[in-house]
Amino acid sequence: MVSPTLLGGCRVLDLADLSGAVCGRILADLGADVVKIEPPGGEADRLRPPYLADSWGGTENLERSIPWIAANVNKRGITLDLGSPEGRTLFERLAATARIIVESSPPGRFRALGLEDALAGAIVVSITPYGQDGPLADVQGSDLEVTAASGSLWLAGEVGRAPVRTTQPQSPYWSGMYGAMGALVALQAGPAQRVDVSAQAAMTTVHPPAPVWWDIAGEDHGRTGPFLLGRSVVGSRFRNLWACADGFVSFAIQGGPIGRHTGRMLTEWMAERGAVPPVLAAIDWSAFDNTTLTQTVVDALEAAIAPFLRTLTKSEFYAAVVKRKMLGYPVGDASDALTDPQLAARDFWRTISPVEGLPPLAFPGGFALFDGERPEVTRSAPRPGQHNAEIYGELGVGPADLARLHEAGTV
Amino acid sequence: MTELGTRPATVPDAGALAGLRVVEMGFAAAGPLVGKYLANFGAEVIRLESRIAADVFRSTYPPFKNGVVDADHAGMFAFYNDGKMSASLNLKHPNGKALARALIAQADVFVESFTPGTVARLGLDAASLREESPGLIILSSCNQGQTGPHAFHPGYGSQLTALAGFVQLLGDPDSTPVLLYGPYIDYIAVGYGAIAVLAALERRKRTGAGCVIDLSQYEAGLQFLTPSILEFAATGRIPQRNGNADPVASPHGVYRCAGPDRWVALSAWNDAERRTLRYAIDAEGPDLDASVSAWTAMRPRDDVVATFRAAGVRVAPVLSISELFADPQLAHRGMWPRVTHPAIGPMRLMAPPFRLSATPSRQERPGPVFGADNDHVFGELLGLTGEERRSLARDGVFD
Repeated sequence: MVSPTLLGGCRVLDLADLSGAVCGRILADLGADVVKIEPPGGEADRLRPPYLADSWGGTENLERSIPWIAANVNKRGITLDLGSPEGRTLFERLAATARIIVESSPPGRFRALGLEDALAGAIVVSITPYGQDGPLADVQGSDLEVTAASGSLWLAGEVGRAPVRTTQPQSPYWSGMYGAMGALVALQAGPAQRVDVSAQAAMTTVHPPAPVWWDIAGEDHGRTGPFLLGRSVVGSRFRNLWACADGFVSFAIQGGPIGRHTGRMLTEWMAERGAVPPVLAAIDWSAFDNTTLTQTVVDALEAAIAPFLRTLTKSEFYAAVVKRKMLGYPVGDASDALTDPQLAARDFWRTISPVEGLPPLAFPGGFALFDGERPEVTRSAPRPGQHNAEIYGELGVGPADLARLHEAGTV
Repeated sequence: MTELGTRPATVPDAGALAGLRVVEMGFAAAGPLVGKYLANFGAEVIRLESRIAADVFRSTYPPFKNGVVDADHAGMFAFYNDGKMSASLNLKHPNGKALARALIAQADVFVESFTPGTVARLGLDAASLREESPGLIILSSCNQGQTGPHAFHPGYGSQLTALAGFVQLLGDPDSTPVLLYGPYIDYIAVGYGAIAVLAALERRKRTGAGCVIDLSQYEAGLQFLTPSILEFAATGRIPQRNGNADPVASPHGVYRCAGPDRWVALSAWNDAERRTLRYAIDAEGPDLDASVSAWTAMRPRDDVVATFRAAGVRVAPVLSISELFADPQLAHRGMWPRVTHPAIGPMRLMAPPFRLSATPSRQERPGPVFGADNDHVFGELLGLTGEERRSLARDGVFD
């Protein structure tokens, strides 16, 4: 942890399922004492695949869900039945110790449980598909539906085919991140209040150029496959994803000082490796302006570049664009990130057991450096009720009481 | 700088961050949107900018209102910088540098998003700023961080989104990936950037110490891919794009409806939800997915949504961008505040996606016109007389 910790002394109760667990994860990374509260036996999202592989001793199992582990390391975990009177009393006592409470239940559930008063002293972050009130407040939604309702889905995919979502669900991360931002804004203000996060609204913030195009220019952008819109004043689109020898690279014909430099370097590079197609050789890069090119011209330039990029591997491409200070990157995947020299040089990765007793794994380290220090990933994801004795003990609940509560199914 | 722990008393509706002063220098989205969110909650955010090195959102990125390509008709700038003040300053001029330092010395937070080393070359290096103001919080946000072999490699958000691995996970299996629209990763870095600043403010309340924050947009983005990275690290399998398929839910997909390019998204997560879906469409055959496709294809999208919602099926329309402005739920949350811009005219802003019950966000001003607040910033805050300001202007300090 960054020393002294950024959020040291801040107790957070986290009742959110995977749709909001990232909020508590971020606060925990920053040094808050985050206590995950699950129903006895563990929450249903612990069975969210994919799982750590069989070689890890894991099949479908409450302690092997990769998305669950990703969102819950750095937290302590307890179990508690909010449906029982004794459970609610314990929750009230816990809530009195918390500055922030994160939850993702359907709007009104805490009121129905009679726990509204218990929440009254804290900053309560509520993360739901559509928000706490309004015409859709009671509508259910998973990642796919809220992404559809945000316009984000509309913008991804091939023309004429169904819109597509990112295969690893993104809305839980956006909602959790905005929940953490809202909690910290509220913490600056001071008083207890509600932070009402809508996953639909969160996903609406991930594509702002498109709303601006509609509002300012009356253009309704849609899916463009691998092409980039919005750089042209005459409506041309530019290829941004290209096949290479072992995958894809991200590259585009661009203007501006760096874009012109990139174009000039590309032709030099092509000349070194063979010949520059005439359509590229004819360009005066010092005066090149991509915003006014017609689609016919763009298509001709791209047809001249594509065969060259197909001869290169991702790593050859990346090494060359770095050397020549050109715009462009390989299209990375999880394996590329783990071997990236930039991330290694910045000591990005943190290796810990995903669950106590399992072999260690590389996790992304803290999201920024604070005075040169990176927030740590130190605590494995909790087993259901792993910290019951510790945390209920802090409340004065002794081993005998805890055994009785366990017997009664309260914890 | 605001005295620690004793922020001036403010009227209750001035916002959660009232009394916080932010000086900001940057361009495009990744830095400036941090300032936007802080401004939305009441912080006083001063954007320092120059015509000599104008923000690309002022100078080149369309759309421009009515096609007028100038700094004040730039839609992107007006949209991304609402609630801020603009002070023009030429940092290449020695007096410009001194004024910037004086202004930062009065601030709680300094946000910059240039290539590493740029602000230091302009005489605004973190070490000397902190020496002058020990409580100052400095956020430097750039593509790949301030250090490392790729720190100086140029890049921008939509391509960095590809590098990080998002694009690889988008599209149909065994086909070319497709783009995530816009500089997706920039907005992740914006969220984490604001969180970093707010967390540093929280620590400053306890310790009095400021902080220098080095935020790599790439590293911020990778946080959102943690499950995919863990999956590879644990299993050796590289997660691949898989259309709209889900490992649990079935059906789980996007279905064409009657009319041009009209779609719904729906999912069923267990047998009970599948029975509900079957019942809603009187499906008979064994292939529920095919039954759903056939059923939706004959019906208008909004009828499909209404029918399924009434039946308890998880469903949503795939809204186009223009439709977002009319969506009743987003409207209820005030997602698109209306303002009038001096050059652009009536326009919409974007609200934060979280609402605070006691200290709500406020958005009354679009991004400022260039240099709109020079008198306030250089006159009232820095105490320069009218004559001093005119003289500096003649020297090109405010260009």
